[in-house]
Amino acid sequence: MARLIRTEKEVEGRFEEVWLVVEEDPLSQWPAGPRDVVGRAATRKDALERVRGEARFTADIRLPGMLHAAVLRSPYAHARAARVDLAPALALPGVRAAIGPDDAPGLETEAGYVGAPVAAVAAETDAQARAGAAAIAVEWEQLEIVVDPEEAVERGLLHGEPERYERGDFDDAVAHADVVVEGTYTTSVVLHNALETHQSVCEWVGDRLDVYTSTQYVWGVREEVAKGLGIAPDKVRVVCEYMGGGFGAKNSAGEFTFAAAVLARATGRPVRCALTRREENVAAGNRNGTIQKLTAAARSDGTIVALGGEFINALGWDGWSASTEGPMKMLYACDNVRTVRSTAKINTPPMKAFRAPGFVEGTFGLECIVDELAKKLDLDPLEMRRKNDATSNDGTPYSSKNLAECYARAEKHWERRHEVRARSDARWKRGVGMASQVWYGGGGPPSYAWTRVGSDGRIVVVTAMQDIGTGTRTAMAQIAAEELGVPLDRVEVALGDTARGPYATLSAGSSTTPSVGPAVRAAAADAKRQIVEIAAQRYDLEERVLDIRDATIVSADGNLSVDLTEFLSMLGNAQILGKGARGPNPTGMSVLTFGVQVVEVAVDVETGEVRVERVAAIHDVGRIINPLGAESQVEGGIIQGIGHTLSEQRLLDPETGRVLTTTLDAYRVPTIADVPEIVCEFVDEPDAHLTNLGSKGLGEPPIVPIAAAIGNAIRDATGADVHGLPITREEMLRALKERRGAPAAV
Amino acid sequence: MKLVVNGEEHVVEVPVETSLAEVLRDELGLTGTKVACNEGHCGACTVQVDGMPVLSCITLAHTVSGRVTTIEGLRDHPLVAAFVRADAVQCGFCTPGQVVSAAALVAASPEPTVDEIRHAMAGNICRCGTYPKIEEAILHWRD
Repeated sequence: MARLIRTEKEVEGRFEEVWLVVEEDPLSQWPAGPRDVVGRAATRKDALERVRGEARFTADIRLPGMLHAAVLRSPYAHARAARVDLAPALALPGVRAAIGPDDAPGLETEAGYVGAPVAAVAAETDAQARAGAAAIAVEWEQLEIVVDPEEAVERGLLHGEPERYERGDFDDAVAHADVVVEGTYTTSVVLHNALETHQSVCEWVGDRLDVYTSTQYVWGVREEVAKGLGIAPDKVRVVCEYMGGGFGAKNSAGEFTFAAAVLARATGRPVRCALTRREENVAAGNRNGTIQKLTAAARSDGTIVALGGEFINALGWDGWSASTEGPMKMLYACDNVRTVRSTAKINTPPMKAFRAPGFVEGTFGLECIVDELAKKLDLDPLEMRRKNDATSNDGTPYSSKNLAECYARAEKHWERRHEVRARSDARWKRGVGMASQVWYGGGGPPSYAWTRVGSDGRIVVVTAMQDIGTGTRTAMAQIAAEELGVPLDRVEVALGDTARGPYATLSAGSSTTPSVGPAVRAAAADAKRQIVEIAAQRYDLEERVLDIRDATIVSADGNLSVDLTEFLSMLGNAQILGKGARGPNPTGMSVLTFGVQVVEVAVDVETGEVRVERVAAIHDVGRIINPLGAESQVEGGIIQGIGHTLSEQRLLDPETGRVLTTTLDAYRVPTIADVPEIVCEFVDEPDAHLTNLGSKGLGEPPIVPIAAAIGNAIRDATGADVHGLPITREEMLRALKERRGAPAAV
Repeated sequence: MKLVVNGEEHVVEVPVETSLAEVLRDELGLTGTKVACNEGHCGACTVQVDGMPVLSCITLAHTVSGRVTTIEGLRDHPLVAAFVRADAVQCGFCTPGQVVSAAALVAASPEPTVDEIRHAMAGNICRCGTYPKIEEAILHWRD
């Protein structure tokens, strides 16, 4: 039965109260541990086409008669386009249409950063479109630029009011503490750089708009485009079957989609609008920088009595302010916590969600200062963490938490530190550090799935979600195969098309598997129930004695054993259709993911080079559906996090606000040569309160603790405290110099 | 101009400034070769010319006289199965380029060491971070 509930919905750590229609989820969870299919390593359903280059990405879509669009972007960090003359563009060869501010959502007269979209041109070739965009004559009125976040906060240039949080009496606790540590930590702006840039191909078919786009949320794009163009959502079809990476930056439609849609309408031809790599690094989103002034206080026995933080999120011109203070509020059982977060509005490119936004930045500061506290108290960092482990989320009980088990499993990696340190020499100092992780990842309703069983005994799961490379397509197939009692190769998954499947949630916030997975299981169970009903009639048996196992319909007494395909062959063209919906999250409970990482580093004290040599990651995300895919997620998160920590940094010219690192040469993401040994373990204990699966998401947790764990390993190796990301050679040498007591060279 | 791609000879008429990647993708429809940066920094567009890995996005088509091999010509290479087995693919946008680079490596050095793999593959960026699995796939490519 459908039920209407008022509930809190979480996406990427942001909460809102919403009305939701949920369907009951009467299935009980499978017992813990590997099943026939679920919990066993599976290679990807779509691996072959992706490896062989057959998967058709948005970048590969070439429609007959397709035009190419290019966007004119602001050359100034803050300016108003007083006049935009499209005529020079329209006079150029190959140009078919041009649009200016207000012609399409996303194109605006006020530019708040270098790269802000202003106008767009469609032409026969990409080169002609770019020449057309460059020819548009704009009269710019330049406005004042502010790019320094601290200056912006001082002057009250903020997105919203500062966010304040307090529990207990922070001042009193600090005053009575045995040890107090204070420090300022900074994280710099980093760029997503998914290899497929942001892009869309739009085509009008009658009054319907088909949008092929590289997105993490086909339904979100559908809604946004419908609203932006003033048409019914059902008149917008959004397709994304294969997607070349997102990491949080592709949750919305973007000016490129609107420009393509409007130019397609103007020309009557399909239009493709794709960002170049350089545009991608300027105008497609970023993880905002932060400044964190932190205080941590403890009693001599290691009890943390106070945590405080003044945070600045240097958001840029637009975006949303993620909870950088979240880890400080949630990770430890500290009675007295006070935080304030100000969000600077500066003339730099907009923030977009990037893999655990806020918590990646906040965990760096918190988990480094907790280690500094442990060092001051001469306490073991692992014991310090165990002692202060939170027992509730600010009073709300957890649906499940196995961080203590993660700590227990971390011990053997932590014990290696004596041997690791002993391998230091005069130049290369080695050490071990750790950091813990808390993050969301429980998903939630609504999400739906259908199953279609044919007379050939094959099953198609239909759900309009997207697989952005995380392997969710495979996980869904495993869940359906498990429930239906068939091998994995009998199941296909049809996804990525809003016109051809029911609503499914976005692929962000570690929410796809915990949101869509239970709906898939429910849909498979619905189909199975119908097969059993038919079999009961055919063999004159009671439904309750029948089951499907190993693709065979069997009776409890063992007398009946009929091959499923053989049985279904009588159906002819008839199909069995199952449907399923995601049930509600447990009320009054906090659904969170946990983990710990132990990192071994080597630091060259002469050059400041830092090498990560080994990472052990232990995560608690409920039931693991596909251990192989899960391991890939952990490795990917860690490697991306190593990039954030050691080499990635968006550089900006402070005079003009221009991004200097617009290429993959200047902006340094990790290569295969930077990869350490990675050991990965899961607690793999289903969350008994969460859905029919007990599974949480894993896309984000692994990237959360890595920076702090590296920072703490560096301290262990050298005694130096690093406070700024990325830990470039300059930052490392500065920290080493400070450690030796010499004045820090700035 | 004439271009030999995956053993087949093609005649194409393109302006002199056209890159090899553009010819492959737009003229010949061989979209397995991906363009991710279009300036020679990421390796996604890697193809082989006479067995040597070449960045097709910064190679002018008119300068190519050798035999071009793209991912479409390597679809039955044992490396493909090795990549699938090892889960050396996440979003898959860089993967064809990775396979093309790896195929050139194992042709020159059928039993590459980890150091050789890291050296040969360092020009192929994977933002999803499948590197450990790529290394494993290449180490065990003939299994």
